[in-house]
Formats: sequence, structure tokens, C-alpha cells
Amino acid sequence: MNPPQPIRARDKITAAIRKTTAAGGTALVPYITAGYPEKDRFIATLKAIAGAADVVEVGVPFSDPMADGVTIQRASHTAIAAGVNLRWILRELTAAGPFAAPIVLMSYLNPLLNLGYRELAAASVPAGVCGFIVPDLPIEESADIAAALDAQGLALIQLVTPATPAERLQRLCAASQGFVYAVTVTGITGGAKELPAEVTGYLDRVRALATLPVCAGFGVRRAEQVRNLAPHTDGVVVGSALVEQLESGGDPVVFLKALRA
Amino acid sequence: MQTEELLPAQRADLLRRLVAGELPDARGRFGPFGGRYAPETLMPALQRLEEGLQRFLKDADFQAELGRELRDWVGRPTALSPAPTLSRRWGATVYLKREDLAHTGAHKINNALGQALLAKRLGARRIIAETGAGQHGVATAAACARVGMPCIVYMGAVDVQRQAPNVERMVQLGAEVVPVKSGDRTLRAAIDEAFRDWVSDPNGSYYLLGSAVGPHPYPLLVRELQSVIGREARAQFIERTGGLPDAVFACVGGGSNAIGLFHPLVGDASVELIGVEAGGRSAKLGENAATLATGRPGVLHGTYSMLLQDKEGLVQETHSISAGLDYPGVGPEHALLRAIGRVTYVSATDDEALDALRECCSAEGILPAIETAHAFAGARKWAATHPGKTLLIGLSGRGDKDMPTLSQVFGGAKKILAEAGE
Ligand SMILES: Cc1ncc(COP(=O)(O)O)c(C=O)c1O
Repeated sequence: MNPPQPIRARDKITAAIRKTTAAGGTALVPYITAGYPEKDRFIATLKAIAGAADVVEVGVPFSDPMADGVTIQRASHTAIAAGVNLRWILRELTAAGPFAAPIVLMSYLNPLLNLGYRELAAASVPAGVCGFIVPDLPIEESADIAAALDAQGLALIQLVTPATPAERLQRLCAASQGFVYAVTVTGITGGAKELPAEVTGYLDRVRALATLPVCAGFGVRRAEQVRNLAPHTDGVVVGSALVEQLESGGDPVVFLKALRA
Repeated sequence: MQTEELLPAQRADLLRRLVAGELPDARGRFGPFGGRYAPETLMPALQRLEEGLQRFLKDADFQAELGRELRDWVGRPTALSPAPTLSRRWGATVYLKREDLAHTGAHKINNALGQALLAKRLGARRIIAETGAGQHGVATAAACARVGMPCIVYMGAVDVQRQAPNVERMVQLGAEVVPVKSGDRTLRAAIDEAFRDWVSDPNGSYYLLGSAVGPHPYPLLVRELQSVIGREARAQFIERTGGLPDAVFACVGGGSNAIGLFHPLVGDASVELIGVEAGGRSAKLGENAATLATGRPGVLHGTYSMLLQDKEGLVQETHSISAGLDYPGVGPEHALLRAIGRVTYVSATDDEALDALRECCSAEGILPAIETAHAFAGARKWAATHPGKTLLIGLSGRGDKDMPTLSQVFGGAKKILAEAGE
């Protein structure tokens, strides 16, 4: 008899999404920029959101968020000005965990590279971080960081887009860990007010190729969109719309619950 | 990606491969540097660009068209001018490669024209560009007018103010100019914004990047299009003097004029190559843009190169009096040339550059761009410790665009204007 394998951090992501989809639901993956709008309320906000989510994406603010629209740019710059950075986030998470949902860090590559991949992976485990989304890291450049994350059982989540050719889509779906992040629009975060009409066909194609759950993100902001996407996706990522709620003092939990209604 | 400790044998091998034309490699690497760190949405477009580059840069038809336009429209070859007064003052023999005489007044046109022709062949409907000093924006606007394509130019709000004459030129040439108010409001923010635009339309739009930076294949593409500077200069120098210069100087922002001048000379072991970065107000982090001298390896705008960053890996705000050098990154080929010791990178402060600008004006009757003046400042300093040598300076552009800054600093025309108004 083999001893039971300890559950890898990245499997917690997949399991959390599957638990909701198995019950007929659509997984909710909210995004917040760490320490925004108030650095002091980071953990309180995160705990509240984790209670209403299946997986939480925590954004590491970067000085040059070139795949992000104005909302997340503004959030990033404000957080940086308040002194939020990767080391601070990992320390806060480690001190305050565990959380009700697995955490995924969304970061541009340079802060990760700067910390060092091995140190990053080691510090992620006690922080409750289960995986990474790196919007400026295509699979061709990912070998070094993937190896370091893999050694700790952490996920490197691949993004696919409507512009991704069929063969590449297959490769990215096969390589992804945790879930497959299907970018719904050809553009930056928070840009589109409406999702493109072709989005359901595209999501069906991604889902047919992926063995992992598929979560659709970029431009998801209303309950009606979530309802329309539900038959074509396992989960939705909600970023800019939630950050706007936080910015205007809205209750993030009320907002997230309404998305599921 | 450990880069600091290249062994002597590795350095020699990388130099050999660079001279043999083997770098960048198939992955877009110049040794450890370079690569393609781009959002997934752009990957197919970058792949298409790479295929287009491989096809057209070797295509006789394309080369003939480019050569014709460089001659008839840009005005190439540009002159190699002896600088007799500077030579006398500096105790050296000084020559200038006159990119200021190229159409639109800087080397930027070599790249803008080449890429605009390429974009057309690739079926682009619209051109996106960023600009710092406005020279790349003007060159792109002109090239787009020439080939008949609409263009949009992103320019940091700070740069719009300090390079106002170029904003008007772009508008007259038919470009849409968008001031960028996010980030640091200079070149870096303009590149961020240009990428965001491209991410939103990777198929219909062509991103005409203005320096030797960015994800593969841009550093290669820009180098190939700018190398006309070094090829011409090398031939002109030999024709004029029967030999090669002892030392060659160029200013380095993203590094396009420098790589264009240096690349064809990298294999000439006797020629010292010296890049001059912006030393700004001081050597303190944040007060300059001396990336190669004081940065650490990192990833910005799609490439792994030297980068000015803080201890958390956030990109550092920079300062330079010259908009075109005010950038925290640098092209990956320069990072390699530094790592293997083939090029020496020094810096010149704002004040040294302004001094050198004045000296060039009075000595040679040439008003260089403030960017270019950094190369003069570096050359003057080097000449002081290397008497009797032959120097070649890349005169990357003219300084007409710098009037707002020069009026502010020197105020030479103020008294005259006041008098005329009385
Ligand atoms: C005249 C001139 N020289 C130099 C530069 C710096 O760019 P690069 O380092 O790419 O040559 C600029 C940039 O705007 C410029 O206008």
C-alpha cells in the first residue's frame, strides 16, 4: 500500500472550483489588488472576499501593468505608493492565514524574478498561495519559474486568448495547472463593457481541450453575463468591476453574491 | 538567468557568435538577454512579425524599395563631417556621422521607414507608435504619410510639454497624438500605453516600436534597420582616412542609434566602442537614466535586459533632461555588449550634456539634440585622457525640438523677444 500523497497546493485550486461545479454552480474567482484601496484593510477585505469566493486572485501591484486597463492601473499605483509589494504581501498572508479559499497571486514577472523563483516558491507555501498567474510570461519563457513552482506543488496558470491559434491553445491547455484562464476579450482588463458575441463558441473550444476547469475573465462585471457564460465555463474571474466597487466604498461581498444570483 | 558571471571563454564565444550574425538566436536571445516576455494576446502577432522580418529583410524587392526610399526620401547616405574646431580644442581628430541631416532630423527615420514598409507588406491597417523626444513620433508620422497609413502616437504628458515643437510636427504630418497621463508620464508610460493599444487590436494594427527594445523580434528588427548608420560610417571613414577610428561614441536611451552605429563595428577589435547614458542630476537611483551603468537585470516591456528598479523589482522613475534618454530600460544587445566587455558604457550629466551642446553649436555650427549632446560630452571626457586619437561621434539628431528646454535653461532669446515687443 502506498502512503497517501499530501495534497499539492495547486490541486486545492482545482478542487475548490470542482466542488462548486459539481453542485451545478459556476465558480467565482474575484480579483483584488493587494492593499487597495487601503493597505491596512488588506487582510480584512481578503477574508471577507475569500468567504464569498471559490478561489481568490490577489494582484501584486506593478509599476508598468501593460495588460491592465485604467482601473487596475490606478489601483496598482495607489497600492505601490502606500508601500505594498511582493514581500509585504507574502508576510501579511503568512501572518493572517489560513483563508476560506485558495489564493492565487497575479503578478507581472519582474517582481517575481527580483525575489528569486526559489525563494518565491518557498515563501508561497506558508502564505497559503497555491498558484501564479503571470500576464507577461508566455510559455516559451516559463521553464525556470515553472520548475521552481513545481518543486513546491504550486500552479503556473496559463492564459489563453481568442487570438490563440488552435495548436497553441492545445499546448497551453495541456500545460496549465490549477485551471485554464480563458481571457474573454482581445484587449486589456476592464476595457470592454460588453463581452464579444463569439465568446461562448470560443469558451466551448477551450473547454473541449482542457482537462482542468476553465475560468473566463476580463470584462465580466454583471450577473446577467455570468448567467450567459455559465453553460460554457466552469468559473468566472471578476477583476476591474470588483476593484471599482472597493474604490467607491461598496460592499464587495454583497457585490459578489449578487453576481451569483 | 544568472548573467553577472560570464566566464572569459563564454564572453569570447558570445562575441564570436555576435560577429558571425548568430545572435539573437532562434529564441530571440543575445546570450542571456532578450527573449519575448509578452502578453499571450500578442504572441501570434509577434510570431507573424518575426516571420515577416525573416522573409522581407532578405527579399530583394523589399530591400530595393527600402534602399530607394532611403536615398530619395530620407537623403541617405548622410554625411561624415570632420569637426576641425572640436578636434583642435580636444587634441584629437573628430568626425561626426550626421544623422541630423536625415529627413525629419534624426536616425529614427531609418527604423520608422523600414518598419512602415514592412507593416504595409504585412497587411496592417493602422500604425501604433510611442515617442519620447518626439523624433520617433515625427519619423513615424512622416513614414506613415509616405506609405499611406493612419497612425496614432502615444507620448508622455511631460514629454508633450518639453518637446512641443515635435507635437505640432506630428499633427501636421497627420498623426493622432495621445498624451499619456498615467505612470511616469514619460517614454516608459508611452510604451505601456502603446502596448495596451496593440493588445486590443493585435491583428489589424502594427506596433512600430522606436528603439532597440521590446520583445523579440523588435531588438533584431530595429538593429537591422539602424545598422545602415554604422555600415555607411565605416565605409566613409575608410574612404576618408584609410583606416578606422580609435573610438566611437553614441548616446544610449533604448539604444537604437548606438546599436546601429556599433553593430557593424563590433568585429573590428581595434575600435573602442563607448555608449553614453544619461547621468541626469546625480548618480543616485531615481536621478538619472544610466541603466547599463547602475541597473540590474530584469524584465520590462517584453525583454530581459538591464533595468533600473528598486529592491522590490518595481521599475524606477528616472530623470534626464533629454526626453529620448529618459528611460529605465535598454536594449538587450547592449546588455550583452556590456556583459562581454565589448562596449564600455559611461554617463554624462544634464549639465555636461548642455555644455557639450553649446560647444558643438559654437565650434561646428551644428545644434545637436540634447540626447546627442550626451555622446559629445562622453567623447570630450575620453579625449582628455586619450590625446591624439581619432574619434567618431554618432550625431543622432538635431536639436530644433529642444527649444522649450533650451529657452528655459539658457533663455538666449528672451531679451531679444522682450526688446522686439517694446
Ligand atoms: C536624436 C536622438 N538621439 C537619441 C535618442 C535615443 O534613442 P536611442 O537610444 O534609441 O537611439 C533619441 C530618442 O528619442 C533621439 O531623438
